[in-house]
Amino acid sequence: MHFLKLILRNALRHRLRTGLTVLGLVVAILAFGLLRTVVDAWYSGAEGASAARLVTRNAISLVFPLPVSYRERIRRMEGVTAISYANWFGGVYVTPKNFFPQFAVDAKTYFDLYPEYVIPPAEMKAFVIDRKGCVIGRKLANTYGFKVGDALPLRGTIYPGTWNFTVRAIYDGAQASTDTSQLFFHWDYLNETMKKAGARKTDWVGVYVIEISDPDNAAQISTEVDAMFRNSLAETLTETEKAFQLGFVSMTEAIVVAIRIVSFLVIFIILAVMANTMAMTARERIAEYATLKALGFGPAFLAGLIYGESLAIALAGAVLGIALTFPVAHGFSKQVGTLFPVFGVSPETIWMQAAAAAAVGVAAAALPAFRAARVPIVEGLRSMG
Amino acid sequence: MESPAEPIVRIRNLTKSYRRGEQRVPVLTNISFDIAAGEFIALMGPSGSGKSTLLNLIAGIDKPDGGSLTVNGTDIATLSEAELADWRAANVGFIFQFYNLMPVLTAFENVELPLLLTSLARGERQARVDLALSMVGLADRTTHYPSELSGGQQQRVAIARAFITDPVILVADEPTGDLDRASANDILALLERLNAELGKTIIMVTHDPHAARSAHAIRHLEKGELDVAP
Repeated sequence: MHFLKLILRNALRHRLRTGLTVLGLVVAILAFGLLRTVVDAWYSGAEGASAARLVTRNAISLVFPLPVSYRERIRRMEGVTAISYANWFGGVYVTPKNFFPQFAVDAKTYFDLYPEYVIPPAEMKAFVIDRKGCVIGRKLANTYGFKVGDALPLRGTIYPGTWNFTVRAIYDGAQASTDTSQLFFHWDYLNETMKKAGARKTDWVGVYVIEISDPDNAAQISTEVDAMFRNSLAETLTETEKAFQLGFVSMTEAIVVAIRIVSFLVIFIILAVMANTMAMTARERIAEYATLKALGFGPAFLAGLIYGESLAIALAGAVLGIALTFPVAHGFSKQVGTLFPVFGVSPETIWMQAAAAAAVGVAAAALPAFRAARVPIVEGLRSMG
Repeated sequence: MESPAEPIVRIRNLTKSYRRGEQRVPVLTNISFDIAAGEFIALMGPSGSGKSTLLNLIAGIDKPDGGSLTVNGTDIATLSEAELADWRAANVGFIFQFYNLMPVLTAFENVELPLLLTSLARGERQARVDLALSMVGLADRTTHYPSELSGGQQQRVAIARAFITDPVILVADEPTGDLDRASANDILALLERLNAELGKTIIMVTHDPHAARSAHAIRHLEKGELDVAP
């Protein structure tokens, strides 16, 4: 009891110093948590990927399409239970700042492959029968205030012209990690419009999404799909949905690495600040430590006092920092809109914040505790008066 | 001077030196003397004569280079750091010039501190601390922090802390050095009472001849050598 009392009262001895150190820790833990959440958001697409889905694209590049005729050939393969396809649309809603993903999909089959997109049956039915209808995610609807029945015009960048859609359905995510910032519309509408406009490349799709019966066969089926179209007009590259999503992340990996480094640098800087505080504190109290030693208290007791104080300060910073991460992350998410489809503080991030604070607390106390434990009593007492 | 009873401190050929750069500076040279149980002695001498060093050695917070130092039957020169810490907790009460109280603990908690190293129950500790604080005349100051007490009161708390564990010896390093005359007299009177009524052996280092007169005997140190004076 006295031990805890000593630790807490010592921690509050220089309130301004302790307060500023805690403030520094709060900012560092908060920044660390926010940066980790940004990194998590980067990987959210891959995290939400299903192991039972494969993505087939043009082997040269994602920019090049595949013939729609491949669908039947792939569907007949052993181990394939369903297949659908999608085209990246790349339209602009009012201004380019309002970015969100848009796909032209096969309305009848696409959503069967994505059970995590929860759509009310009546709305789904309304979407299927309206060729100009679209399905949007809840986050997208909330961000721009879209409701079922609203008009949603997009200015095409890949497919020229203004494309007027009507919101027919709003889907929710089955899990918190489900991306609900997307828009889907009829591939048929896109294809027919392009045909009417006299475009050369019609009846082409961007990617095929393949559902397989056993995820363990993913590698084998991928190889077989690609082998089937070897030396054809458009050779394919098939990979798991997760690998496909990670391919996008790898394009911006340098940024992710930079964010990761900065997140650890923030912790390292606060460690230096905290270590300085603890060193200063221990130096000021060296006569008290010598007195305690003279009275018979051992080096472990002194080290415990210093570690305890350092951990108490780190705990205060961690609790406040973690608590603040949630509202700040929420505000950040609102600011960036649909740029990060899934943006939430994960339990792993909270654990990492707590672990970082504990590591700072322990590391900052290490040297002062070692010195206090070893200081000769006579030398320590001499520093008094 | 003849010791009035069996020696509780027995010092033989004690030597101590400190390293200053490349040189070793002798502080104590072949010191030999006894202190009897229940004695109150004053160690005097000019600055640098080695009196505080001798006190530190007797109290077990420093180690001699040579000779033997037996306190209450234990040759403390042979003890390890951990053994010395346990020995000090059980056998030595410390009174410092600047009181050395923990500023974040109340008078009660400061006095209770050494008892935390014993197996006494909370209630027993409380009874002992209350008694000790009333003996030093601070029964009404138990919840005061050191910063809320005068120098003399702080030293009385320190004295209560020194004898709370009923140690074999009390060592006092300039206990009145930071006090005005009236407070110093109170402290000296308190030490005399502890010696007379509780039979505590007290070894006190002082510059002050007035303070030294409270002791039964005075040992003078001069350049690290003992010079017995009447």
